Amino acid sequence: MNEYILEVKNLTKIFPGVKALDSVNFKIKKGEIHCLCGENGAGKSTLMNVVSGVYPHDSYEGKVFLHGKETNYKTVKDSEQDNLAIIHQELALSPYLSIYENIFLGHIKSKTGIINWKQLIIDSKKLLKKVGLNENPETIVSKMGVGKQQLVEIARALSKNVELLILDEPTSSLNDVESEQLLQLILELKKEGITCIMISHKLNEVMEVADSITILRDGQTICSYDCHNENITEEIIIQGMVGRDMTHRYPEQDHKVSSDTIMEVKNWSVYHPEYPDLAVVKNASFNLKKGEILAFCGPMGAGRTELMMSIFGKAYGSHCSGELYIKGEKREYHTPKDAITDGLGYVSEDRKELGLILIQSVRQNISNSSLKKLSKLGVIDKHKELEEANNFKKSLNIKTPTVEQTVKNLSGGNQQKVVLSRCLLAEPEIFIVDEPTRGIDVGAKYEIYCILEDLVKQGKSVIMVTSEMPEAIGMADRIYVMNEGKIKGQLLKGDATQEKIMTMALTGKKE
Amino acid sequence: MNKSNSFTDAVKANLRNYSMFIMLGIIMLGFAILTNGVNVSSRNFTNIFVQNSYILVLAVGMVMVIIIGNIDLSVGSVAAFTGAISVIVYNAGVGMFFTIIITIICGLIIGAFQGYWIAYVKIPAFIVTLAGMLLFRGLTYIITNVTPITPKLDSFKQIAIGTISGNIFTITRMVEKRGKMVEQNFYLLPVIIAIIAIAIMLYFAFSERNKKIKNDFSVKPLSYFITEQVVISVLILIIGIQFANYRGIPEVFILLAITIGIFTFITKNTIFGRYIYAVGGNSRSAKLSGINSEKVTFFVHMIMGGLCGVSGILFTAYMNSALPDAGNLFELDAIAASFIGGASASGGIGTIIGAIMGGLIMGVINNGMSLMNIGANWQYVVKALVLLFAVWYDIYTRKKSGMV
Ligand SMILES: Nc1ncnc2c1ncn2[C@@H]1O[C@H](COP(=O)(O)OP(=O)(O)OP(=O)(O)O)[C@@H](O)[C@H]1O
Ligand SMILES: [Mg+2]
Repeated sequence: MNEYILEVKNLTKIFPGVKALDSVNFKIKKGEIHCLCGENGAGKSTLMNVVSGVYPHDSYEGKVFLHGKETNYKTVKDSEQDNLAIIHQELALSPYLSIYENIFLGHIKSKTGIINWKQLIIDSKKLLKKVGLNENPETIVSKMGVGKQQLVEIARALSKNVELLILDEPTSSLNDVESEQLLQLILELKKEGITCIMISHKLNEVMEVADSITILRDGQTICSYDCHNENITEEIIIQGMVGRDMTHRYPEQDHKVSSDTIMEVKNWSVYHPEYPDLAVVKNASFNLKKGEILAFCGPMGAGRTELMMSIFGKAYGSHCSGELYIKGEKREYHTPKDAITDGLGYVSEDRKELGLILIQSVRQNISNSSLKKLSKLGVIDKHKELEEANNFKKSLNIKTPTVEQTVKNLSGGNQQKVVLSRCLLAEPEIFIVDEPTRGIDVGAKYEIYCILEDLVKQGKSVIMVTSEMPEAIGMADRIYVMNEGKIKGQLLKGDATQEKIMTMALTGKKE
Repeated sequence: MNKSNSFTDAVKANLRNYSMFIMLGIIMLGFAILTNGVNVSSRNFTNIFVQNSYILVLAVGMVMVIIIGNIDLSVGSVAAFTGAISVIVYNAGVGMFFTIIITIICGLIIGAFQGYWIAYVKIPAFIVTLAGMLLFRGLTYIITNVTPITPKLDSFKQIAIGTISGNIFTITRMVEKRGKMVEQNFYLLPVIIAIIAIAIMLYFAFSERNKKIKNDFSVKPLSYFITEQVVISVLILIIGIQFANYRGIPEVFILLAITIGIFTFITKNTIFGRYIYAVGGNSRSAKLSGINSEKVTFFVHMIMGGLCGVSGILFTAYMNSALPDAGNLFELDAIAASFIGGASASGGIGTIIGAIMGGLIMGVINNGMSLMNIGANWQYVVKALVLLFAVWYDIYTRKKSGMV
């Protein structure tokens, strides 16, 4: 038998104007965990989409072999027949269906055409236990956090007798604890003989689980490493990914925090949009100084996003209570527009649903919040608009042939850069970023940190909601820790460690 | 930035944008063969515009409604209602100018009324305008007493049949028609206007291109650009000559050109236009970008109402009376025109020019089949097939160019 479960030979995939993959060669041994690394837009997702039949057989050049046999997939369905499962970068569950319905959606086994729901619930309980998800199978999926939804996706894959599991950035929207659980699960699955390909920008995770690593750059395979025979470090991977050394992960910080409070929130409570009695955020109070980077940490579902969105012109929740002061004056925003006019900017964590207009071009997405600035008497100055868009393309290194490209066709990380550009162009005084580096490669992360640092140097203020504790510790002047809708306490720069943040989230105390 | 990809590449990349024009051209040519050229005669050419004007005006509004992801089923009834209002107002003796203003205001109010329920009370547009369709049909019956009302004076009719010919610049020649020599006028004015229009267009096209080159933005290759301008110029000139050969420029055509011009400008170049596309593309994201999507929705429906008023006047003038059953199925023609013209049912995509092309395609087919004495029954069948084919083709090419 062949020792390789999957082999890719001379694969080339061309989109109009973009060579996404350029004769890629790639081999996966049976039973290993293989990690795929590379910058945003390197072609990782595209490669996996080809392997799993998202792009049909005749849309690319080159060959893909599974168990030594050449594949000829027309749809994803065909690859599922071969016991291959892919979990995409953006989750694809049906939000209003229950867990067990989602698990069996599309491949319900039934001889008569009548569904035996009870049996499905029993089966799904077994699967949920396997992935370590402690939930009633009848729970509606959209009511759970992203981390749990991720586990449902895996349960769904397992229900199909998967042999090769592909995970595209599975931990990008999970916090550290949830990520750790997921990684343990993958290691568990490996013991059962399931082969796994994982794409990740979190190199510590890659180091933890990988048996071998392949690095892609600009659509080409740069190198493959065997982690058991070679001495691999994060630095080696980064060098392969970006093509140069990166000595620092965070920019040097020499901004001065002024003593003026620019924003103060008092006793802020937010209520659930569908259950108006349920408080998602309870009595939150905090302040932000001019020129400060403030981080909000805490587990998923702590209420950080809900808090920020409701401050940003009641963009979340049925209603909210509490007081908001900007530069000492009391404010009430009824819509996001009010907040933007008053100098706030918000970058959503959910770029697909809330951040971008996927069918529009990069240029239009960038300019959407700043059209007033780019126009005279309501008529848009298209040259100015194009110029601004091109400036951001250059300064944030957005990978796209032109700014006229539809945003949908950009890689995940580059889409994130477009959302950031839109907010930056509006030049807010107070910049609220929700998971700003989600799905972004190490190089681009550094660029984004530099932008934030630049902003505070200019006297603007930044609130950063993040699930990556190292990022909060590395960048923030102060960290607020939230859990279960409450602000549990704050930590100062230099004092914060991952342990302290976690203890505070659970107990509200420092040690 | 690649400035100089070859001519054929540019043609290939832009072919999709012209597919509507090409389709219209092929259909006209087909009917020209089938009718021995009658359908492209100056007289019929002019008629196509006049006969379809009231649908084309509606299509302009409808495509914007569809871009924001809604639909308006009430336009036929509202056009009938405003048409009836216009005759009543006109017969009261306020003069044509005020009749037009009052009717359009009436349409805007109706649009605002429906827009309010849709945008602020958040009842789906489908339901609100379905109610509107019944409501305004009923009101039309009530105010007309279910009998046609005829304008007292002929100047109402002039809107539909009037032309601007500029008699001073007229050349009269003798031509042979059915064995007899008859006088035929050639009105120079339409040709002069066409040439002026071409000059203005070329000026703007070239200055835009130069500005882009100066700013180092990518532009289409020069050979392609020139071909494009030449083709457009020739088309404008042909339209001018056609009008010159019959009775001059129809007033309806001027009204249409102005409406199309204004709304193309609004959708392409203004903040409001950009907001329309943003709301249709993803209303939640648009809202978080600081766009007041309720206001945008409200105004789009209000504009639609105003255009219903215009359409009502045109149809009344064309029929020279306000009919209680006027505007029947206009909404479906306007919706079909938008979709044939490339609008997307899920919102965010569509153009004014596309909708006009869609309307003309259907108009030319109707007209051609009438000339061939094919009955209305078959016209429905053919229209249905054209709608299906056009939308299929649109989806197919989109997929092929990787846009979905
Ligand atoms: N449908 C498409 N049409 C055109 N270009 C595309 C399309 N899909 C992807 N691309 C381009 O192909 C390249 C590779 O994209 P891909 O999504 O594989 O990147 P990635 O390595 O997964 O990046 P990320 O880490 O940001 O997710 C990018 O430059 C992207 O813009
Ligand atoms: Mg990707």
